Amino acid sequence: MNFLIDFFGDPANWSGPDGIPLRFAEHLQYTGLSLLIAALIAVPLGLWIGHTGRGALAVVLSANAARALPTLGLLVLIVLLMGVGSDAPVLIPLVALAVPPILVNTYEGIRGVDPDLRDAAYGMGLRGGQVLGRVLVPVALPLILLGLRTAAIQVVATATVAAYVGLGGLGRYIIDGLATQKYPLTVGGAVLVALLALAVQGLFTLIQRVCVSPGVSGRQKTR
Amino acid sequence: MGEEPLIRWEWIGNNGPLIRELVADNIIMALVPVLVGLLVALPLGLAAVRWRWLYQPTAGVVNVVYSLPSLAVFIVLLPITGLATRTTVMVPLAFYALAVLLPAVVDGLDSVPEHVRQSAVAMGFTPARRLLAVELPIAVPVVLAGLRVATVSSVSLVSVGALVGRGGLGHLFTDGWQRQFPTPIVVGIVLIVLLAVIADLLLVLIQRWLTPWSVARTATRRVTQGAARATARPAAQSAGQLAGQSVAGPGRGDAA
Repeated sequence: MNFLIDFFGDPANWSGPDGIPLRFAEHLQYTGLSLLIAALIAVPLGLWIGHTGRGALAVVLSANAARALPTLGLLVLIVLLMGVGSDAPVLIPLVALAVPPILVNTYEGIRGVDPDLRDAAYGMGLRGGQVLGRVLVPVALPLILLGLRTAAIQVVATATVAAYVGLGGLGRYIIDGLATQKYPLTVGGAVLVALLALAVQGLFTLIQRVCVSPGVSGRQKTR
Repeated sequence: MGEEPLIRWEWIGNNGPLIRELVADNIIMALVPVLVGLLVALPLGLAAVRWRWLYQPTAGVVNVVYSLPSLAVFIVLLPITGLATRTTVMVPLAFYALAVLLPAVVDGLDSVPEHVRQSAVAMGFTPARRLLAVELPIAVPVVLAGLRVATVSSVSLVSVGALVGRGGLGHLFTDGWQRQFPTPIVVGIVLIVLLAVIADLLLVLIQRWLTPWSVARTATRRVTQGAARATARPAAQSAGQLAGQSVAGPGRGDAA
């Protein structure tokens, strides 16, 4: 506990380029941007594959292999090749980290929808796109959100390694503290990241409450 | 970077023993935590299915642990387990594996159809034998799907340990970075992906071997698909559930 008081109690940690607010903002920026890009790639692709069934096996297999891509290795390699001129070196590995869970969950969510529901929707005269938008996506939404949440938590936690190659974010405290043997700095940084991850978890629980139709989530009893 | 090529093949030839040692280290540090996670997840999952009220709190705790960044946990553990020891890296990895495997075990046991359970009871199976001979075998596909995700992530997560001095193949990343030399980094990435894919394939084979009936079923499904959607539905549904729930990883607990 003393470490935490040392870290959070030090006014020097609250302002300037090394201050908590700025590091926090950097961390949020890396996380938010890479999640957004990953979602823009993975959600439409997952919907398309789940809906049409085309290329499913290849995509799921490669998504599984992509889970194995080590973020630290990619990051180091990209920085070595491109330099640290922009955010791209940190965004590429984080997007690679976030795409597989989002893609696989979106695909499985759509594919797992009760075929009766799908048939009923077609029977009511909806066309392909309408079936997807009005029936399949709402029913699959819990799984899609779960994929996004898993990705978000992994990205928040993994964005810390960006500091290793001299980029910003909350990982700075962890890496700098480790390098200079300032344990309070390290523990403080770790706690901040954990808090952020928990906040993300809470945020997604909230989104789930608001966005998922009560009929799907089972909160409303069906007669 | 200048003229430095992405990969210098002679480096690989010159560093064979080092690479072999790191591969072995990586395998041990990735697989032991997954095994430990599985050994804890099985009884915990059984208990959670038997006593429902247990599941929410356990899943909650496991979820919180899962959201902790591995680097942070490594560092918090340093004073206890020591710098550059395998334990420092393996303890958090075991928790991550548990976070993926616990929901998989619970969902797997939940996927046992009620009529199958009742048939077993009617045939006079004792609870223990019912568990071993009926429920666990039926749960295998879901548990193994979780095991695949846990194993693949574990193989790759080990590399972060390089930042605290013990990361298996991750050592090649920090080494390459410090010397501004891309070859070890490329070798490390390729080997980690290769290890993960091999482990994944082995688990698929194990699943085939443990559940020969599922192969027969998917073959039937492929034939009936499209022609008679309605009849294929139960299989399709359960398959969707299997894959869907297990790939989702942790977090099933608060989904409702």
